[in-house]
Amino acid sequence: MTINYGSKRTVVGAHYGLRDWLAQRVTAALMALFTVLVLAQVLLIRGPIGYESWAGIFAAQWMKVFTFTIIIALAYHVWVGMRDIWMDYIKPVWLRLSLQVFTLVWLVACAGWAVQVLWRL
Amino acid sequence: MTDLVNAPRPVRPEFRNINAFTDLPSYRLPAAGWVSILHRISGALMFILLPFIIWLFDKSLSSEISFAKFTAAFNVGLWVFPGAFIKLVVLALIWAYLHHLIAGLRHLWMDISHAAVSKEFGKSSAIVTLVLSLSLAAILGAKLFGLY
Repeated sequence: MTINYGSKRTVVGAHYGLRDWLAQRVTAALMALFTVLVLAQVLLIRGPIGYESWAGIFAAQWMKVFTFTIIIALAYHVWVGMRDIWMDYIKPVWLRLSLQVFTLVWLVACAGWAVQVLWRL
Repeated sequence: MTDLVNAPRPVRPEFRNINAFTDLPSYRLPAAGWVSILHRISGALMFILLPFIIWLFDKSLSSEISFAKFTAAFNVGLWVFPGAFIKLVVLALIWAYLHHLIAGLRHLWMDISHAAVSKEFGKSSAIVTLVLSLSLAAILGAKLFGLY
């Protein structure tokens, strides 16, 4: 079997990074679409924006499902972005790994909370 | 001719392994460089403030009572922070979102169009990004602080 680690590691053609690069762009496009959708509904509200009209935007089941998708997309997008930042600026492996683990825990916790808020309405 | 070639050139600073404290303050970035580093900073800011964003999402949606808490955070304040400070943080988030969104759309456009990948487009679109995000943030910020 050919050696695929250390200095012999294959660095091209193994989709290192391509999947995340694409995912970051797809999730970004989804979130931009979501922004337009929420903004359009806010602008359609007549008069001052109160609790009823604001919560009404997230009341429909399709909107809940779409918002749920956006929460997951956001978590993935932020994971790719923050990992890029840690990989660029943080050199000691123990610190980089710690920050990456912190990022994952932070994002999963935040996503869980956001989903709970969304679905207990 | 030989005089021109051999004329002493002005000594220009060379940058190798730039130091964050001694070199960065004098390091002049082009517009696209500012958009790039601000894209990172705005993203990191929103990442750090994610619990605060979800708190706003939670309070504004859960009930009439929580919605009152949401508006009170801006008018009265929250915990030890006065309302004006909460508004400033939200304004920072508004700017971060606008910059990140517009700079991201610029990225997507350059991924799709070969014509957009040029020095000229890079500069002009970077200036458009900075002007648009800052002016929109100023307009929304004025609304947030009740200037109109």
